[in-house]
Amino acid sequence: MEKPLTQHIKNDNTWLSLKDYEKTGGYQALRKALKLNPEDVTKEVKESGLKGRGGAGFSTGMKWGFVPLGEDVPTPKYFVVNGDEMEPGSFKDRLLLEGNPHQLLEGMIIGAYAIQAQFAYVFLRWAYHQAARAITRAIEEAYEAGYLGKNIAGSDFQLDASLHVSVGRYMCGEETGLLNALEGKRANPRSKPPFPGVSGLFGKPTVVNNVETLCNVPHIIANGAGWFKSLSKTDEGGTKIYGASGRVKKPGLWELPLGVSLREILQEHAGGMQDDFQFKGVLPGGGSTDFLTGDHMDVTMDYAGVGKAGSRLGTGTLIVLDDKTCPVGMVLNLERFFAQESCGWCTPCREGLPWTAKTLEAIENGKGEMKDLDILNFQTRYMSPGNTYCALAPGAMEPLQSALKYFKEDFEKHIHEHKCPWKKE
Amino acid sequence: MTTQNNISEEIKKEIEEIYQHFPQKSAACIEGLKVIQKHHRWVSDEAVKELAQILEMSPDAIDSVATFYSLIFRKPVGRHVILVCDSVSCWMMDYEKIAGYLKNKLSIDFGETTKDDRFTLLTIPCLGTCDRAPAMMVDEDLHRDLTTDKIDEILKNYE
Ligand SMILES: Cc1cc2nc3c(=O)[nH]c(=O)nc-3n(C[C@H](O)[C@H](O)[C@H](O)COP(=O)(O)O)c2cc1C
Ligand code: SF4
Ligand code: FES
Repeated sequence: MEKPLTQHIKNDNTWLSLKDYEKTGGYQALRKALKLNPEDVTKEVKESGLKGRGGAGFSTGMKWGFVPLGEDVPTPKYFVVNGDEMEPGSFKDRLLLEGNPHQLLEGMIIGAYAIQAQFAYVFLRWAYHQAARAITRAIEEAYEAGYLGKNIAGSDFQLDASLHVSVGRYMCGEETGLLNALEGKRANPRSKPPFPGVSGLFGKPTVVNNVETLCNVPHIIANGAGWFKSLSKTDEGGTKIYGASGRVKKPGLWELPLGVSLREILQEHAGGMQDDFQFKGVLPGGGSTDFLTGDHMDVTMDYAGVGKAGSRLGTGTLIVLDDKTCPVGMVLNLERFFAQESCGWCTPCREGLPWTAKTLEAIENGKGEMKDLDILNFQTRYMSPGNTYCALAPGAMEPLQSALKYFKEDFEKHIHEHKCPWKKE
Repeated sequence: MTTQNNISEEIKKEIEEIYQHFPQKSAACIEGLKVIQKHHRWVSDEAVKELAQILEMSPDAIDSVATFYSLIFRKPVGRHVILVCDSVSCWMMDYEKIAGYLKNKLSIDFGETTKDDRFTLLTIPCLGTCDRAPAMMVDEDLHRDLTTDKIDEILKNYE
């Protein structure tokens, strides 16, 4: 089984230096890309089927293709790496950032070449200090080796890159919120259109891509779109870094063919449930995805498969709910997070999320009434896609709406018994 | 504990170095706040006013940015900042026990600083190490698979 993204990552808390990385074939893909037309680089990535690993699953090649090329286009253009990773229960990008920073930089430089950008930023959340050290050092090494700066690898392509460390807030990970943060402003989102590809950072054409997305790019250029397609179990192409947290025997991260079954991840890789704990449900792709249950074990963990089951692949990191944890308490924890992180820009989210959290709190504390369930159902419609400025609020509704569907009895039990059945007296 | 922190010439130079790299001075607002905090641990009203002058912005505009971001501290913090992950995976893995133990041990609530100015206790969303929950960060160090015994050992390293 091929593991292009993680096969060289060491497990001793050190990262691959430039020399180590070059020994694995590193920066050969960049050399190859620089000999192609930018359009052909984009075409190869498009044909590979690579989809964004940051949550939304948009075609990477198509996104690059939106950026205007040629002489009379606005400059400078920007290429931005999204390393904010603040989605609760997600921890995959950290592995790539800390373990193999040059793989990410090579993907970033190839992407910047494809859209003919002049500047690249790696946007990193504050808490990722080890990643910041790795990226800082890797950028220095890349400049020294001539992979950044003028005449990259002997070509006439020029690119400057720097690291930006954020100061908190989940909204910094939202593509346009991130751009505002990079401009030194509050991380409120921007209305689309115009899309960043046309008007992004400082009003110039910009591409924002997730860390894991970009780490795939050198391998696609080196081995071709056909090879990439052959990696996955279904027809979406590539591998995916899956993870699991919660009461499983072996929580962790695994790079696997895209489209393995939920059962395989949970049973074979996560080792099944810990003794004395039963599986009750799972958020398949981080805190803002819909629950799946025991009936979904054969779901293929790719974009189409998880979508058909009524949820989203999201970040691909599973959060496992066990039978000794209260589902209402779990959803309350998530909604408190979303309410706290709402940027307050639009009313449904600003007002709706604190209300949702308060309602859940009442139910959890045994003070709920049956009509509270109607209120919660109303909120899931009130904050559904299209009613808010960005995807934070609709994302927040995903675990809630599915919990109301699959764990209805547990909500009702709280209300009828006037207490949380899971709380010990 | 100081209640004021002014911008020294050294800090001013650092901030000026930063805005050179941006098309407009105001783009250095977050970076400027970070520089001040690096030197003083927090950002006072006085520092906001001085940063406003340097970046040719209004103090309110600076403050609207400063208060938006959870890791810019507009109140004094202790010598060490403890950030306990309160997100979903840690919550499922006994966050409440860990949080209760820390509050008890330090005799403070979240958002507070110990009398001796040694620790400030805060929560933080998911630290990105959910497979080794529960987790916390003290200053820049990540601590995971926490137990109450482990916490006793860890805190000894921060004077
Ligand atoms: C509230 C919110 C937070 C987000 N946080 C992240 C993040 O931390 N990292 C990330 O890559 N994408 C995040 N996204 C998705 C981005 O908006 C965007 O789709 C992604 O960075 C694009 O890269 P990709 O196409 O390579 O996935 C977030 C979206 C929302 C609505
Ligand atoms: S949905 Fe929430 S986070 Fe997004 S813009 Fe509206 S208020 Fe801000
Ligand atoms: S939920 Fe605590 S580290 Fe992710």
